[in-house]
Amino acid sequence: MNIPSSILTMLAGIALTLVSIWYGQNHGLMPVEASQDAVLIDGLFNTMMTIGTAIFLLVEGILIICLIRFRRPVGDETDGPPIEGNIPLEIVWTAIPVVIVLVLGIYSFDVYSNMGGFDPNAAEDPGVVQVAMLPDGDGALTPLMEGHSHPMGHHHVALGIGASPETVGKPADLTVNVLGLQYAWIFTYPDFNITSGELHIPVGKDVRLILKAQDVIHAFWLPEFRLKQDVMPGSLQSELRFTPKRVGEYPIICAELCGPYHGAMASKLYVHTQEDYDTWLQSQVASRPDGTQTIAASSDQEDPNAAYLAPFADQLGVNGHLLEQLRPQPTAALVAPAMSSAGMH
Amino acid sequence: MTQTELHSSETTATHHGSAERKWQDYFTFNTDHKVIGIQYLVTAFVFYLIGGLMAAAIRTELATPASDFVSPETYNSLLTLHGTIMIFLWVVPAGAGLANFLIPLMIGARDMAFPKMNALAFWMVPPAGIMLVVSLLVGESAQAGWTSYPPLSLMTGKVGEGIWILSILISGTSSILGAINFLVTILKMRVPSMPMNKMPLFCWAMMATALLILVGTPVLAGALILLAFDLLVGTAFFNPMGGGDPIVYQHMFWFYSHPAVYIMVLPLFGAISDILPVHARKPVFGYQAIAYSSLAIAFLGCIVWAHHMFTSGTPAWLRMFFMIATMVIAVPTGIKVFGWLATIWGGKISLNSAMLFGMGFVAVFVIGGITGVMLASVPFDIHVHDTYFVVAHMHYVLFGGSVFGLYAGIYHWFPKMTGHMLNETWGRVHFVLTFIGMNLTFMPMHELGLQGMNRRIAVYDPRFTSLNELATIGSYILAVSTIPFLINAIWSWAKGPKAADNPWRALTLEWQTSSPPAIENFEVLPILTTGPYDYGLEHEDVAGLPTAQPGSAALSGSSGS
Repeated sequence: MNIPSSILTMLAGIALTLVSIWYGQNHGLMPVEASQDAVLIDGLFNTMMTIGTAIFLLVEGILIICLIRFRRPVGDETDGPPIEGNIPLEIVWTAIPVVIVLVLGIYSFDVYSNMGGFDPNAAEDPGVVQVAMLPDGDGALTPLMEGHSHPMGHHHVALGIGASPETVGKPADLTVNVLGLQYAWIFTYPDFNITSGELHIPVGKDVRLILKAQDVIHAFWLPEFRLKQDVMPGSLQSELRFTPKRVGEYPIICAELCGPYHGAMASKLYVHTQEDYDTWLQSQVASRPDGTQTIAASSDQEDPNAAYLAPFADQLGVNGHLLEQLRPQPTAALVAPAMSSAGMH
Repeated sequence: MTQTELHSSETTATHHGSAERKWQDYFTFNTDHKVIGIQYLVTAFVFYLIGGLMAAAIRTELATPASDFVSPETYNSLLTLHGTIMIFLWVVPAGAGLANFLIPLMIGARDMAFPKMNALAFWMVPPAGIMLVVSLLVGESAQAGWTSYPPLSLMTGKVGEGIWILSILISGTSSILGAINFLVTILKMRVPSMPMNKMPLFCWAMMATALLILVGTPVLAGALILLAFDLLVGTAFFNPMGGGDPIVYQHMFWFYSHPAVYIMVLPLFGAISDILPVHARKPVFGYQAIAYSSLAIAFLGCIVWAHHMFTSGTPAWLRMFFMIATMVIAVPTGIKVFGWLATIWGGKISLNSAMLFGMGFVAVFVIGGITGVMLASVPFDIHVHDTYFVVAHMHYVLFGGSVFGLYAGIYHWFPKMTGHMLNETWGRVHFVLTFIGMNLTFMPMHELGLQGMNRRIAVYDPRFTSLNELATIGSYILAVSTIPFLINAIWSWAKGPKAADNPWRALTLEWQTSSPPAIENFEVLPILTTGPYDYGLEHEDVAGLPTAQPGSAALSGSSGS
């Protein structure tokens, strides 16, 4: 039977498209999706896998056809057809990648935005604490923020993934300070004065991690949440903000080479139901060495100091970062509201 | 520059003059670009074997989840030196070797523009490499990865890190000297009858490479000198403990080290563009597009460095800019890949070892290209940055691209370099083993990275064991695959059948002289009568020579101009 080559080409194109679409959705290469961010990124990855599979099959298919069909017969010393180019064809294979790249760029931009990549407050030095400690909230916060975004300062760098567009500007339900050091992660819950070697968070809550390193650069990676952020020593802080949607136990991995025992630098993330989380919280609060009282007292002394300096930050040439250093890091100002919100559920 | 006067040859048929290279010449400070080219290639291959042994040691450690083969410190030294050696002492100098041997021959020159500087550039490579290897043997070697990020690199042993910095500075200087030579030679020393747009595509690719080296390498040198100050005299350019900024180092490092990827792969893009048309007997498809896409890649390659820093201290707008710029590189790269496919489509393919590696190059490089676009996407990169997915991508580009390309180039130009033919059967065995080993080693790493295995670790989660075992087996096959090549190359060089001047019936100028070329390359300077890829075109207008002997068509017997 003699099938015209155009029909064969069309059938091959349809088959290639179907296989690519199927594989793009069914590659099974990603771990479970434990957050909304993971769902968004997997959608993007599936799209890229679909396009990638199609390009892969096209290129390898052409190579294999060439291997079979266009072999030189033994003894044939003549040359092939002298085709030096084809402008319309070249325009097509330049234009199609341009379109693919634009689409992927816009799609990636959208996903990045939805994850919270453009949160202007990301990696601000503890912003939530500032809101709470200043008497009239947002109004008094402004001078502090100006200090941060002062052109001379350059401290307003979005390190990490902040709040998604729906929650931007709102304080997170739970803030945890994360300290990376050779070769461990230490999690401090400033609202509860708890320190832990593992991270416990309640499911469905907006969680904000403030990341710092003590010695060298580490990277905080949650594969099931598709989130990663370098953790810098020195003055830079970074942050990751996400909402877990799946109860379970997940690995926490250091992804940046940090020394000989880098591979062993790991911990666990436990996403609990609210009840289990409260139980864990109670057990931790009960076993901690000292009470909140002293912290609260000391923060009372410090708060007016920072609040007093804040409006003058610009005139003094004191940037926000310097201001932060005047204040002790784990401020307990938010203890009461955070406790009550945790207790409500 | 140092060209002597033309030999007046009796006949154009017998090229082999009295002056031939002795083996001792290859161990001296020789200014002949052909000697230097082979010196580069052989030296680089020795370092490739050393770097490969380190890779085998790394894979042996990773055969099991526990740290049970070498100490964790040694493991970090191995991965640091593996990366450094493969980049700075294998792929970059091997590309320089091909360029040294080929550029003057391809453009009809008698040597490079600055022959002494050329020899000087080569002789910087062995000390740079020996220092690194010795540092490992005496147990004082760098452990901070080939990226050597501070502050870790300032804390893992001063001696090893200092040696590492010095070694890179020396090989970087060598690279700069080489690049100046390539650029000036290509621009100023072409035979008068060769305009830019009749140059072989390898020369276009080397021009782009040389520009990248000249733009990027000085910045790397700056970063390393500042790092050396931090390391040795306690300044704090990059050390946050003293108020320095480690992110500035990352910017400076990647400003060179991302273009370095193109420095490593562009020469082989050029080589493939020259090899495919010869063995498919068809003109290259879209000469201008392939030529200018090399320059486009070089330009774009300079403005994408921060895509290595998407999870580092980079603001959101910067991540978006570098994402788009990186993705756009897929366009000129795609032009090349589709151009190569269209070149061989409908041709008359002779499936020898050079062509196998050439087509193998396209087959595996395209995988690295696809994952490259994926990695450019910031949200996805946040997940897979610093994981085995990146390791897989990078090896598909640098092994599938550069190493396959280098092998293709060696099989293609070996007859010209040595005057002997390689054994085809062993060449095919070599290809099959390399192709299987390469895919078996690096394909499973994609899944490992996506699933959660980070890179640069000696211990890992036991759930990753089976895929790691596959990769380890693959790496052993890769190690074994070099044996047939080594035996073939050494035996053929000594005892292989004599090569004709133009065994592939190619049209570029390097084939229009004897094999190996005489010391001054061309007894009579050639006059360009055909384009470099005019296969299948009638050549009757040229001295009435038939198409079947295109080789002699390019060499007109008339006197050189």
